[in-house]
Amino acid sequence: MWKFTAKEIVEKPELFTSGHRACAGCGPAIALRQIMKATRGPTIVTNATGCMEVVSTIYPYTAWKLPWIHTAFENAAANASGIEAALKVMRRKGKLKEPVDVIALAGDGGTFDIGIQALSGAAERGHDFLYVLYDNEAYMNTGIQRSGGTPYGASTTTSPAGTVIPGKSQFKKPIADIMVAHDIPYVATASIAYWQDMLKKARMGLEVEGPAFLHALAPCPRGWRYDTSKTIELARLAVETCIFPLWEAIDGEYTLSPQSRIPALKPERKKPVAEYLKMQRRFQHLFRPPFEHMINDIQRTVDKRWNRLLKKCNMDG
Amino acid sequence: METVKQEVGVEAVEQQVLALNGDEAVALAVKQSDVDVVAAYPITPQTIIVERFSEYVANGEVNTEFVCTESEHSALTACLTASATGVRTFTASASAGLALMHEILYVTSGCRAPVVMAIANRALSAPINIHCDHSDSMAERDSGWIQIYVENSQEAYDSIIQAFRIAENTDLLLPVMVCLDAFFLSHTLENVNVLPDETVRKFVGERHVPLVRGHNGKDVPFKLDPDNPITMGPLDLYDYYFEHKRQQEEAMRKAPRIIKQIHDEYAHTSGRKYGDGLIETYQLEDAEIATVCCGSAAGTAKAVVDKLRAQRIKAGLLRLRTFRPLPVGEIMRALENVKAIAVMDRSNSFGGYGGPIFHEIRHTLYGARNRPHVVNYIYGLGGRDMPQNTIQGIYSDLQKILETKQVGNEVKFAGVRE
Repeated sequence: MWKFTAKEIVEKPELFTSGHRACAGCGPAIALRQIMKATRGPTIVTNATGCMEVVSTIYPYTAWKLPWIHTAFENAAANASGIEAALKVMRRKGKLKEPVDVIALAGDGGTFDIGIQALSGAAERGHDFLYVLYDNEAYMNTGIQRSGGTPYGASTTTSPAGTVIPGKSQFKKPIADIMVAHDIPYVATASIAYWQDMLKKARMGLEVEGPAFLHALAPCPRGWRYDTSKTIELARLAVETCIFPLWEAIDGEYTLSPQSRIPALKPERKKPVAEYLKMQRRFQHLFRPPFEHMINDIQRTVDKRWNRLLKKCNMDG
Repeated sequence: METVKQEVGVEAVEQQVLALNGDEAVALAVKQSDVDVVAAYPITPQTIIVERFSEYVANGEVNTEFVCTESEHSALTACLTASATGVRTFTASASAGLALMHEILYVTSGCRAPVVMAIANRALSAPINIHCDHSDSMAERDSGWIQIYVENSQEAYDSIIQAFRIAENTDLLLPVMVCLDAFFLSHTLENVNVLPDETVRKFVGERHVPLVRGHNGKDVPFKLDPDNPITMGPLDLYDYYFEHKRQQEEAMRKAPRIIKQIHDEYAHTSGRKYGDGLIETYQLEDAEIATVCCGSAAGTAKAVVDKLRAQRIKAGLLRLRTFRPLPVGEIMRALENVKAIAVMDRSNSFGGYGGPIFHEIRHTLYGARNRPHVVNYIYGLGGRDMPQNTIQGIYSDLQKILETKQVGNEVKFAGVRE
């Protein structure tokens, strides 16, 4: 297990540098900065089309101090597959002295929806790479459209809160569980509110042999409609309400991460979902008639999924 | 194929004659070209290429990383990023598979990744049909790939070997499609002269990556290299995108000279040449009537030309080997004295005025001193056979045009029930 001090992390050069054009309070930019602090040596990064690709590379500028490539939207995992195959053959032919890590970055649209085929294929083939899903819960780059990662009830530009239909009608796809079902060596969830946990998990994902999947929750002030100073607070509340529990699955064995062990061991510390929802204007219609019952729907589903997770972690009492 | 030992003035190397179908010839050429990464997905009629290559991998006959992807989209993506990492890559596809790659075809050429791909030309759905026509690759003619159409399995073998040299040429860095007709070539056994492994390896050589200006003003290799990090495939807006696309066109304009040069060098080694590498002319010097086509139909057309010549009819043929870049000057010079020309298209441009080869040939000849009559025949869609008598009928039509000076309908369909 990788051990580090805060000082070491601060002193490690930024590989995703300042000067990029992300919005104030951007959660994904924070996630990338944290994850790049977890690299262990030579690394190649590939990025799906999306916010992070756009804000970090407008030609002739770049925020990347690592070799980096973007090709299209739905193929981040296929990008990684090709890079990893090339590195493998170069190593075999003696053209590459040290091993090189590969990180694929994609948002929720590029992972839950359009990129899931390439991701599933790469996981099945067993390429050695870390796939990072930075999840801001909608197609933010194109103007806040709903994705398979958008939560139930959220108002987006393609699931607007109307008088008849109150925002998105479906719950979030359990993408990390789907990746565990691929029987890959490492799957974890992380929140930018807990940077040490994020770094450890990113490093673990790089260290395991074979595919690793890191689902990083990264709030978006523009899309979630909250004040830019509240990004970390919301990322923490998502964990405290058990809407986004933190766990890891090593070879398919689930373990709750420290921050989520708190509500598991002390259920009274589990915060109600309404605390999280009320801070975001994408959910504001749920606090007015006739849709108030939806908050209960959300609480019920969160509880159901949380209890299911506790069982998987052997913490169901 | 012409045997050119005398012409090129060398004794070509000793070659083995193997009975191979077009797909097997391609797989063997890829094996001998020391390709680092092959990523592919099966689709009829390209499948044999991937199957044969899998056998080479399974038997340890190649040192290639073979990635069996879950789609053609990912297959080309993996080739693109492997190529961007600095290695030699190959894939193969056809029809719906090529259509699924459409997005990444443009990304590959835009990233200047010298991927080589074999296309077993097959009809596009619907209705679903696995047989030959050129609808698939013709639909990708503007994707920034060099396109070479071959006449037989021997040429498929030879062209794949040349394609790596063309694509990876540091003045070009353009991906190359080698197109062979489904079943007529992909699945038909022919005698193929095969060069020794060492000869091919020496001809193809190592891939060299050019230097580009890096982020710190230093010249660095154009690849994903942790020692010299560069950003590839960035967002590129109205202030630079156009210049980058213009550079791609500039590379295309340099390509004919390099295609010819590599073709001639290969002829020197193998004793085989295909016209000048761009176009092949057959009995065209004094021809009054001629057809223009690409692919395996040229073989049939040559037999028809022989028959007509025996009847003292001045018939000729132009086979377009390189369709992208279009060898404008060569076409013009080859056809400018012909009086009536029939362009044969194995694909259709629905609602357009004739097929894609017709558009290009007629457009090229607009500036000819004695502008010839140019008509179009759409033929062979979905694998419909193109027998000698159909081609003979086309030459008869051309003779009638010469006699009557009446062209009539300029765009016709050959071999279809109307």
